[in-house]
Amino acid sequence: MSALALLDGPRPSRPSLGAPAPRPSLAPAPTPLEPARWPRDDRASGRLLVVQGDGAVRDRTVRALSEELLAGDLLVVNDAATLPGSLRGRTGRGEPVELRLSSELSPGRFRAVLFGGGDWRTPTEERGPAPTLEPGDLLELGKDLRATVTAVSFLSTRLVDLRFDVGHDDLWPALFRAGTPVQYAYLRGPLEGWHVQTAYASRPWAAEMPSAGRHLDWSLLTELRHRGVGLGTVTHAAGLSSTGDAAIDAALPFPERWEVGPATAAAVHGTRARGGRVIAVGTSVVRALESAAGEDGAVRAGTGVTSLRIGDGYRRRAVDGLLTGMHEPAGSHFDLCAAFVARPILLAAHAQARALGYLSHEFGDASLLTAAR
Amino acid sequence: MELRGKGALITGASRGLGKALAAELARRGARVVMVARGAEELRRAAAEIAGAGGEVHALPGDIADKRGALALAAGAAALVGDIDLLVHNASTLGPLPMPLLLDTECEDLASVLETNLIGPFRVTKAIAGSMALRGGGLVLHISSDAAVEPYPRWGSYGVSKAALDHLGRIWAAELADMGVRFVSVDPGEMDTRMHADAMPEADRSTLASPEEVASRIVAFLQSARGLTSGTRMAASSLEVAA
Repeated sequence: MSALALLDGPRPSRPSLGAPAPRPSLAPAPTPLEPARWPRDDRASGRLLVVQGDGAVRDRTVRALSEELLAGDLLVVNDAATLPGSLRGRTGRGEPVELRLSSELSPGRFRAVLFGGGDWRTPTEERGPAPTLEPGDLLELGKDLRATVTAVSFLSTRLVDLRFDVGHDDLWPALFRAGTPVQYAYLRGPLEGWHVQTAYASRPWAAEMPSAGRHLDWSLLTELRHRGVGLGTVTHAAGLSSTGDAAIDAALPFPERWEVGPATAAAVHGTRARGGRVIAVGTSVVRALESAAGEDGAVRAGTGVTSLRIGDGYRRRAVDGLLTGMHEPAGSHFDLCAAFVARPILLAAHAQARALGYLSHEFGDASLLTAAR
Repeated sequence: MELRGKGALITGASRGLGKALAAELARRGARVVMVARGAEELRRAAAEIAGAGGEVHALPGDIADKRGALALAAGAAALVGDIDLLVHNASTLGPLPMPLLLDTECEDLASVLETNLIGPFRVTKAIAGSMALRGGGLVLHISSDAAVEPYPRWGSYGVSKAALDHLGRIWAAELADMGVRFVSVDPGEMDTRMHADAMPEADRSTLASPEEVASRIVAFLQSARGLTSGTRMAASSLEVAA
């Protein structure tokens, strides 16, 4: 499927492989976890709920990953840096607008979601109406960055494609001067770039922080290495998590770019051949590695664009475990978790996490889900 | 290290040794990102090098600013992909003429350390994690004999370069198992604007050209497979490039 299909044609059908199971409608929704309201300074000090496919659950800290993972396992992270993806400015008619970059389509051209007045303190759902734009409309985004709308989606007028009107080499300094990371209304204050970068970020592909990786610092990563755990990397253009627009949110995640290099493809192959486990850091890594895996289960180096949806019953080809945040039972992240650990065990673990006071959202605590073997 | 197709970031790249290193790396096939504060001079330098063939990009930015360092790391990776070679060449002498320590304002010492020591630390911190994850990378610190010799009036600069050398040694020790190497090179006295600023009375005919020094340094990087991380060397001891 083309990355442009959301704008070009009828809504694409989703691959049926591993489609999410219908959620039970009679069971009461569990009480959600409290959100963490600020990033922790000591990255690996968060709590870690280890949930095994056989139903065993352990309450630990992220730093104990060095004991939970075994020599011969491979930990694969997403090294995408986070875009300064929130840009404020005005339309040609003077209306205030915030745009959030969703993905880079080609150099200088991005897909983005429009928001109206209000700032990060205003919950997304309560923001003013976003301006309605047409192809050719201009956006002024700070004193030295302008963009031109090139297409408006049939899904929602808030979803647009645009082109930044600056030279190739000048785009990134201008974006970083004009933009900030996407902000979250539940936080105590505004986020700076360093709050959302992982300890190994490289190319700026991610619309929002690949949040599972934020738990890892180099003290933990070197300890894992010394204990015989391999490290691998993919680059995955994780998109926006939510937009407050029902039509857009129902279509998330949009097709996302991924890249798996030869070293990581070989490491995945070697790990599995020797009986080790491949542990993905974040759902984006699951999507990248599973997209790079062929029918035969072999992960091949390459790049692509994926719309893979993963849920209950999905037959995993490449990934045996997942380090991720704390997810609520109604949501696509929870569905993806159910591809590793059966839903009843996940629900029991969620109840236990709530009783233990685990925190959720972007800067919350973590869980390690390992499939039964 | 093989340079062809590799991503390289050079600070202080709009003139002198930085510009000469950018030209030499581009000539040998690296994909080069040139960084400096002044956008216009940097763009002119990049256009000049690009005119001779080779891939160079001008990325204006200030390493003495925390936001700026993150923007440089991400911007450079967006332009040329993962960075495999990081050259810390940018530095400042501080106020001119260079004062005795007893005449040096505390703020001026802090400002020199900000550019010459903390700036390189920031940029390395934003890039070396990705190098470590991939299991390889080289960070080059451009040093000075003022890092070793206690020349009067070179206080702020000398202290910053001595600290930079030691920073490189500690980086090297911490990342020894991860394949990321750190080297300090003292380029020696060169005919540059910085040299003229520091010693306006010097006889320029006795000074090396930055192009010749850059050529030695890059030839050394390219050939040095067994290069020991954490070492410091003088460019004058390196072989003349073939």
